[in-house]
Amino acid sequence: MSDIKADVTMDLKGLACPLPVVKVSQQIKKMQVGQILMAETTDPGALADFPAWAKTSGNEIIDTVKDGNVTKFFIKKLK
Amino acid sequence: MDVNKTLADIQNQIKEIQDGRKDKLSMVVFSGDLDKLLAAFIIGTGAVAMGMETVMFFTFWATPALRDKKKKGKGKNLFGKMFSFMLPKGASKVKLSKMNMGGMGTGMMKYLMKKKNMQDLDGMIALAAELGVKIYVCEMSMDLMGFKMDEMIDYPDMKSVGVATFLQEASDSKIQLFI
Repeated sequence: MSDIKADVTMDLKGLACPLPVVKVSQQIKKMQVGQILMAETTDPGALADFPAWAKTSGNEIIDTVKDGNVTKFFIKKLK
Repeated sequence: MDVNKTLADIQNQIKEIQDGRKDKLSMVVFSGDLDKLLAAFIIGTGAVAMGMETVMFFTFWATPALRDKKKKGKGKNLFGKMFSFMLPKGASKVKLSKMNMGGMGTGMMKYLMKKKNMQDLDGMIALAAELGVKIYVCEMSMDLMGFKMDEMIDYPDMKSVGVATFLQEASDSKIQLFI
Protein backbone atom coordinates (compact mmCIF):
# COMPACT_ATOMS: atom_id res chain seq x y z
CA MET A 1 0.00 0.00 0.00
CA SER A 2 1.05 3.51 -0.71
CA ASP A 3 0.57 6.20 1.92
CA ILE A 4 0.31 8.98 -0.64
CA LYS A 5 -2.93 10.93 -0.39
CA ALA A 6 -4.61 11.54 -3.72
CA ASP A 7 -6.73 14.63 -4.42
CA VAL A 8 -8.74 12.86 -7.11
CA THR A 9 -9.18 9.14 -7.77
CA MET A 10 -10.26 7.55 -11.02
CA ASP A 11 -11.51 4.04 -11.67
CA LEU A 12 -10.30 3.02 -15.13
CA LYS A 13 -10.58 -0.71 -14.54
CA GLY A 14 -11.67 -2.65 -17.61
CA LEU A 15 -10.92 0.16 -20.05
CA ALA A 16 -8.65 -0.65 -22.99
CA CYS A 17 -6.06 1.36 -24.91
CA PRO A 18 -6.19 4.31 -25.59
CA LEU A 19 -8.93 5.16 -23.06
CA PRO A 20 -6.87 5.06 -19.82
CA VAL A 21 -4.41 7.75 -21.01
CA VAL A 22 -7.17 9.73 -22.73
CA LYS A 23 -9.29 9.85 -19.54
CA VAL A 24 -6.30 10.68 -17.33
CA SER A 25 -5.17 13.49 -19.64
CA GLN A 26 -8.69 14.96 -19.59
CA GLN A 27 -8.89 14.75 -15.79
CA ILE A 28 -5.46 16.24 -15.14
CA LYS A 29 -6.39 19.32 -17.20
CA LYS A 30 -9.10 20.12 -14.65
CA MET A 31 -6.69 19.88 -11.70
CA GLN A 32 -4.30 22.36 -10.08
CA VAL A 33 -0.52 22.17 -10.31
CA GLY A 34 0.84 20.08 -7.43
CA GLN A 35 -2.33 18.04 -6.97
CA ILE A 36 -2.19 14.26 -7.13
CA LEU A 37 -4.38 12.01 -9.26
CA MET A 38 -4.69 8.33 -8.46
CA ALA A 39 -5.77 6.17 -11.41
CA GLU A 40 -6.59 2.46 -11.13
CA THR A 41 -6.28 0.44 -14.31
CA THR A 42 -6.32 -3.18 -15.45
CA ASP A 43 -4.90 -2.45 -18.91
CA PRO A 44 -1.57 -4.34 -19.13
CA GLY A 45 -0.24 -1.77 -21.61
CA ALA A 46 -0.65 0.98 -19.02
CA LEU A 47 2.56 -0.05 -17.23
CA ALA A 48 4.54 1.26 -20.20
CA ASP A 49 2.01 3.81 -21.39
CA PHE A 50 1.53 5.88 -18.26
CA PRO A 51 5.24 6.68 -17.82
CA ALA A 52 5.47 7.52 -21.57
CA TRP A 53 2.42 9.74 -21.31
CA ALA A 54 3.74 11.46 -18.17
CA LYS A 55 7.10 12.16 -19.80
CA THR A 56 5.57 13.70 -22.94
CA SER A 57 2.83 15.66 -21.20
CA GLY A 58 5.16 16.95 -18.48
CA ASN A 59 3.67 15.25 -15.42
CA GLU A 60 5.24 12.98 -12.85
CA ILE A 61 4.34 9.48 -11.72
CA ILE A 62 5.35 9.52 -8.08
CA ASP A 63 4.33 5.95 -7.29
CA THR A 64 3.07 2.80 -8.98
CA VAL A 65 1.39 0.12 -6.88
CA LYS A 66 0.57 -3.28 -8.32
CA ASP A 67 -2.18 -5.28 -6.64
CA GLY A 68 -3.02 -8.43 -8.60
CA ASN A 69 -4.09 -7.34 -12.07
CA VAL A 70 -4.92 -3.82 -10.89
CA THR A 71 -2.25 -1.13 -11.11
CA LYS A 72 -2.55 2.15 -9.24
CA PHE A 73 -0.71 5.15 -10.62
CA PHE A 74 -0.13 8.22 -8.47
CA ILE A 75 0.34 11.13 -10.82
CA LYS A 76 1.44 14.59 -9.76
CA LYS A 77 0.46 17.48 -11.97
CA LEU A 78 3.61 19.50 -12.67
CA LYS A 79 2.32 22.17 -15.09
CA MET B 1 34.00 38.29 -41.77
CA ASP B 2 31.97 39.23 -38.74
CA VAL B 3 31.92 36.17 -36.48
CA ASN B 4 29.22 37.54 -34.21
CA LYS B 5 26.93 38.18 -37.14
CA THR B 6 27.45 34.67 -38.51
CA LEU B 7 26.78 33.19 -35.07
CA ALA B 8 23.56 35.18 -34.76
CA ASP B 9 22.49 33.95 -38.20
CA ILE B 10 23.07 30.33 -37.20
CA GLN B 11 21.18 30.82 -33.94
CA ASN B 12 18.25 32.30 -35.84
CA GLN B 13 18.21 29.40 -38.25
CA ILE B 14 18.17 26.85 -35.41
CA LYS B 15 15.35 28.76 -33.75
CA GLU B 16 13.36 28.75 -36.99
CA ILE B 17 13.75 24.97 -37.33
CA GLN B 18 12.71 24.44 -33.70
CA ASP B 19 9.72 26.75 -33.93
CA GLY B 20 8.60 25.40 -37.29
CA ARG B 21 7.49 22.05 -35.95
CA LYS B 22 4.69 21.87 -33.47
CA ASP B 23 3.53 19.07 -31.21
CA LYS B 24 1.22 17.95 -33.94
CA LEU B 25 0.38 14.66 -35.67
CA SER B 26 -0.76 14.73 -39.28
CA MET B 27 -2.15 11.54 -40.73
CA VAL B 28 -3.20 10.49 -44.20
CA VAL B 29 -5.97 7.94 -43.71
CA PHE B 30 -6.10 6.11 -47.04
CA SER B 31 -7.31 2.63 -46.11
CA GLY B 32 -10.96 1.74 -45.72
CA ASP B 33 -10.24 -1.38 -43.66
CA LEU B 34 -11.65 -1.69 -40.16
CA ASP B 35 -8.32 -2.67 -38.57
CA LYS B 36 -6.37 0.18 -40.15
CA LEU B 37 -9.07 2.74 -39.37
CA LEU B 38 -9.11 1.61 -35.75
CA ALA B 39 -5.33 1.93 -35.57
CA ALA B 40 -5.55 5.43 -37.07
CA PHE B 41 -8.12 6.57 -34.50
CA ILE B 42 -6.28 4.97 -31.56
CA ILE B 43 -3.06 6.76 -32.54
CA GLY B 44 -4.95 9.99 -33.25
CA THR B 45 -6.81 10.11 -29.94
CA GLY B 46 -3.71 8.88 -28.07
CA ALA B 47 -1.74 11.80 -29.50
CA VAL B 48 -4.28 14.28 -28.11
CA ALA B 49 -3.87 12.63 -24.69
CA MET B 50 -0.11 13.17 -25.04
CA GLY B 51 -0.78 16.88 -25.47
CA MET B 52 -0.54 16.96 -29.26
CA GLU B 53 -2.87 18.34 -31.89
CA THR B 54 -4.17 15.75 -34.38
CA VAL B 55 -5.17 16.22 -38.02
CA MET B 56 -6.59 13.31 -40.01
CA PHE B 57 -6.83 13.65 -43.78
CA PHE B 58 -9.28 11.10 -45.20
CA THR B 59 -8.72 10.11 -48.78
CA PHE B 60 -9.67 7.37 -51.24
CA TRP B 61 -11.01 4.18 -49.63
CA ALA B 62 -11.18 5.74 -46.17
CA THR B 63 -13.72 8.35 -47.33
CA PRO B 64 -16.85 6.11 -47.30
CA ALA B 65 -16.16 5.17 -43.65
CA LEU B 66 -17.22 8.73 -42.76
CA ARG B 67 -20.64 8.31 -44.35
CA ASP B 68 -23.69 8.50 -42.13
CA LYS B 69 -25.79 5.38 -42.60
CA LYS B 70 -28.99 7.36 -42.14
CA LYS B 71 -28.19 10.13 -44.62
CA LYS B 72 -28.45 10.19 -48.38
CA GLY B 73 -26.41 12.30 -50.79
CA LYS B 74 -28.59 14.11 -53.30
CA GLY B 75 -28.06 14.64 -57.02
CA LYS B 76 -25.72 11.74 -57.81
CA ASN B 77 -25.03 10.53 -61.32
CA LEU B 78 -24.87 6.85 -62.32
CA PHE B 79 -21.22 6.40 -61.27
CA GLY B 80 -21.85 8.16 -57.97
CA LYS B 81 -24.77 5.84 -57.29
CA MET B 82 -22.61 2.83 -58.14
CA PHE B 83 -19.83 3.87 -55.73
CA SER B 84 -22.45 4.61 -53.06
CA PHE B 85 -23.85 1.14 -53.46
CA MET B 86 -20.53 -0.74 -53.71
CA LEU B 87 -18.61 0.93 -50.87
CA PRO B 88 -19.35 0.55 -47.15
CA LYS B 89 -21.94 2.94 -45.82
CA GLY B 90 -20.29 4.23 -42.69
CA ALA B 91 -17.94 3.08 -39.95
CA SER B 92 -20.13 0.16 -38.84
CA LYS B 93 -19.95 -1.42 -42.30
CA VAL B 94 -16.18 -1.55 -42.94
CA LYS B 95 -14.42 -4.92 -43.00
CA LEU B 96 -11.11 -6.30 -41.76
CA SER B 97 -8.18 -6.24 -44.22
CA LYS B 98 -7.42 -9.87 -43.34
CA MET B 99 -9.54 -12.81 -42.19
CA ASN B 100 -12.82 -11.21 -43.21
CA MET B 101 -14.14 -14.60 -44.38
CA GLY B 102 -17.35 -13.27 -45.87
CA GLY B 103 -17.97 -11.10 -42.81
CA MET B 104 -17.53 -13.88 -40.25
CA GLY B 105 -14.02 -12.79 -39.27
CA THR B 106 -15.10 -9.16 -38.90
CA GLY B 107 -18.08 -10.23 -36.81
CA MET B 108 -15.84 -12.31 -34.56
CA MET B 109 -13.38 -9.46 -34.15
CA LYS B 110 -16.19 -7.07 -33.22
CA TYR B 111 -17.50 -9.59 -30.69
CA LEU B 112 -14.03 -9.97 -29.14
CA MET B 113 -13.49 -6.22 -29.03
CA LYS B 114 -16.77 -5.78 -27.18
CA LYS B 115 -15.85 -8.55 -24.77
CA LYS B 116 -12.47 -6.95 -24.08
CA ASN B 117 -14.18 -3.61 -23.51
CA MET B 118 -12.56 -1.94 -26.52
CA GLN B 119 -14.24 0.94 -28.33
CA ASP B 120 -15.72 0.16 -31.75
CA LEU B 121 -15.00 2.43 -34.71
CA ASP B 122 -18.11 4.55 -34.15
CA GLY B 123 -17.05 4.98 -30.52
CA MET B 124 -13.54 5.98 -31.55
CA ILE B 125 -14.89 8.60 -33.98
CA ALA B 126 -17.09 10.01 -31.20
CA LEU B 127 -14.06 10.10 -28.86
CA ALA B 128 -11.98 11.86 -31.54
CA ALA B 129 -14.73 14.47 -31.92
CA GLU B 130 -14.84 15.00 -28.15
CA LEU B 131 -11.06 15.46 -28.02
CA GLY B 132 -10.99 17.92 -30.90
CA VAL B 133 -9.24 15.76 -33.50
CA LYS B 134 -9.54 17.58 -36.83
CA ILE B 135 -10.90 15.59 -39.75
CA TYR B 136 -10.34 16.76 -43.33
CA VAL B 137 -11.83 14.91 -46.26
CA CYS B 138 -10.09 14.86 -49.61
CA GLU B 139 -12.15 16.95 -52.00
CA MET B 140 -10.96 15.04 -55.06
CA SER B 141 -11.84 11.60 -53.62
CA MET B 142 -15.32 12.87 -52.80
CA ASP B 143 -15.73 14.25 -56.30
CA LEU B 144 -14.31 11.15 -57.99
CA MET B 145 -16.58 8.74 -56.15
CA GLY B 146 -19.52 11.12 -56.14
CA PHE B 147 -19.81 11.51 -52.36
CA LYS B 148 -21.47 14.62 -50.97
CA MET B 149 -20.70 16.41 -47.69
CA ASP B 150 -24.39 16.19 -46.72
CA GLU B 151 -24.20 12.39 -46.50
CA MET B 152 -21.26 12.48 -44.06
CA ILE B 153 -21.49 12.04 -40.29
CA ASP B 154 -22.03 15.06 -38.06
CA TYR B 155 -18.49 15.82 -36.97
CA PRO B 156 -17.34 19.16 -35.54
CA ASP B 157 -15.51 21.26 -38.15
CA MET B 158 -15.19 18.48 -40.70
CA LYS B 159 -14.09 20.10 -43.95
CA SER B 160 -13.47 18.97 -47.48
CA VAL B 161 -10.01 20.18 -48.55
CA GLY B 162 -7.27 19.61 -51.12
CA VAL B 163 -3.76 18.24 -50.82
CA ALA B 164 -2.21 21.66 -50.15
CA THR B 165 -4.13 22.01 -46.88
CA PHE B 166 -2.88 18.64 -45.73
CA LEU B 167 0.71 19.42 -46.72
CA GLN B 168 0.57 22.73 -44.90
CA GLU B 169 -0.54 20.92 -41.72
CA ALA B 170 2.01 18.12 -42.26
CA SER B 171 4.92 20.47 -42.84
CA ASP B 172 4.73 21.91 -39.33
CA SER B 173 3.93 18.58 -37.61
CA LYS B 174 6.47 16.58 -35.65
CA ILE B 175 4.87 13.31 -36.74
CA GLN B 176 3.38 12.40 -40.11
CA LEU B 177 1.78 9.04 -40.83
CA PHE B 178 0.21 7.31 -43.80
CA ILE B 179 -2.32 4.64 -42.89
